[in-house]
Amino acid sequence: MSFEFFLKVFFGGLTKGSIYALIALGYTMVYGIVKLINFAHGEIYMIGAFTALILIEALTVLNMPFVAIIVCAVLVAMVSAAAYGYSMEKIAYKPVRSAPRLSALISAIGMSLFLQNYVRLAQTSSFLSFPKILPTFQFVEKVSYLNSSQIIIYFFTVIIMIGLTWYVNFTKTGVSMRALSQDRVMAMLMGIKVDKIISITFMIGSAIAALGGILVSAYIGQINFYMGFLAGIKAFVAAVLGGIGNLPGAVLGSFILGFSESFGTIFVSSDYEDVFAFILLILILLFKPSGILGASEKEKV
Amino acid sequence: MKKLFIIFLIVVSSVFLFATGESESGPIMVGVAGPYTGDLTALGVSAARGVQIVVDDLNSKGGVLGRKIKLVIEDEQCEPAQAANVAAKFVGDKVVAVIGHSCSGATRAGMDLYKNENLVVISPSATNPELTSGIYSTFFRTVAPDTSQAKTWVDFLQSKGVRNVAFLHDKGDYGKGLAEYAKEFAQEAGINSVLFEGITPGGLDYSAIVLKISNTKAQAVVFGGYYPEASKLISQIKTQKLDVIFVSGDGVKNPGYLGIAKQDAEGTYVTGPKDVSGLDLAKKARTQYVDKYGEEPGSFFNEGYSAALVLFGAMEKAKSTSSKAVMAALRQNSFDTPIGKISFDKNGDVIGSGFSVYEVKNGKFVEISK
Repeated sequence: MSFEFFLKVFFGGLTKGSIYALIALGYTMVYGIVKLINFAHGEIYMIGAFTALILIEALTVLNMPFVAIIVCAVLVAMVSAAAYGYSMEKIAYKPVRSAPRLSALISAIGMSLFLQNYVRLAQTSSFLSFPKILPTFQFVEKVSYLNSSQIIIYFFTVIIMIGLTWYVNFTKTGVSMRALSQDRVMAMLMGIKVDKIISITFMIGSAIAALGGILVSAYIGQINFYMGFLAGIKAFVAAVLGGIGNLPGAVLGSFILGFSESFGTIFVSSDYEDVFAFILLILILLFKPSGILGASEKEKV
Repeated sequence: MKKLFIIFLIVVSSVFLFATGESESGPIMVGVAGPYTGDLTALGVSAARGVQIVVDDLNSKGGVLGRKIKLVIEDEQCEPAQAANVAAKFVGDKVVAVIGHSCSGATRAGMDLYKNENLVVISPSATNPELTSGIYSTFFRTVAPDTSQAKTWVDFLQSKGVRNVAFLHDKGDYGKGLAEYAKEFAQEAGINSVLFEGITPGGLDYSAIVLKISNTKAQAVVFGGYYPEASKLISQIKTQKLDVIFVSGDGVKNPGYLGIAKQDAEGTYVTGPKDVSGLDLAKKARTQYVDKYGEEPGSFFNEGYSAALVLFGAMEKAKSTSSKAVMAALRQNSFDTPIGKISFDKNGDVIGSGFSVYEVKNGKFVEISK
């Protein structure tokens, strides 16, 4: 196997990993703060892509310049996804916040099914073409093992990762988030507005997922109401792999997953693409039940 | 010994019955069987109506060989057990031929008896490949077998001079089955299979598998599956600038494929049922159906209509209703039908109907002649 081929496989895995990371970040943020596995997160990713598609089509009719259309569509899609995340939390999770965790889980599954079928009915059940909005860079096209779309996906993933790390570590809201994830009651006593912080978490997670959805759709060129399901499950696996609740862990888990799928397909068989992800999950959880970077939860006395 | 004698007696008497049935000058009895009630009704009704239309037509013109035709229509709901009973009833009713059954399983259930009784059977919709593997000498069909599409692929690849092929499928019954048949035929034709793998339907992207193909000597990629995956595959193939022929089946010959893959789909090939809507006989048959039943014909109408046409056409040509003569006429002649000008090979498979290769040109599927 040539080195160039190896690089191609490597960057292919990195692309997949980046996409998973954009979804997994939302999963892990929400879990860190409300200890809820938000199964409807994959649906937000799908809704983000749909919103962007609708906007792109609509704005194209209005004859706006191409770059303006893209920027507009991406921003509006992210904002509307944030609104979906906000409403979702208020409707489906807040009422069951003090109920046993199982109730919230069932509520999340219900939300996921609802959103899926809502898009299916309100939009369409068939596959739609998504315009290839990602620009091509001449200097990248000369490199045989990379393409422009991949560069753009990496770019956004890095930006989001850096931005999120900064936000969580160095802003007041970020500190509140961390406080909330460590001890909700204590955080409340310290005057942190729990409802507000939880809403913000959902909104950020959803906006990132929407960005991921748009990038993927533009990369593969098609969308469907069901696209969030498999991606959501994979991202969930990635988040658990890295240690759910831990931001760098989610990214690490996503890359491990992306590479294992990419290299597994090349060296073994694509028949088992999904199997690698889950074998890896089982293996890692056998030896480190809290995930690679996850802190083992201490029983509070 | 006594048992043998009884069997002998039954056989002799049945031959005798058959013989007497044939020499009668009453109506020609023909059995029609399929699912006319139950879940699979849609598979059988239009085909049976097609037969009825042909028979009514012929009877109004004086019938065949100067005798009227009488249909014995029996419902077996595609269930093998019921199909066997229907077969026994047909034999009892002294039919000279059977048009049916609709489903492969039901057809097999009746075939042993039909073969023993030397009854001509023409199915409009049983597609199982084994039916025409040579085990049933009296079986014919007006529909292409399941393997026909895979055969069309391989013939096409051969005509393009392809030596190495990568086979992909979506792991489903339809896609994987097609890919497996195609691989088998390809090997018989001396084409190498350099890769045979399944992809996950709805997967995030297929860049890794396309990369793997690029590392082989594949000149063509054959995909068994549906259009969403096919469009993702072809767009990856184009992104990675792979120089391969892309061939897929009727699961991809869908407007959705053109809509999603757009420019990437140009120059790719798909197979699909031969387009017969332009044939005069097909137009006539459709008009007859709409006039009589007040709705558009459903599945296998053309095949049912054609089955009846070839059966009575063969009787006219053989100037007899005896199975032997009719079968010889079926094998030696070609017939004009709504599915084209067809004939039969020695195993009863239809020639001249079935699948064509279409090329995507300017956002349309264009049928290409072989």
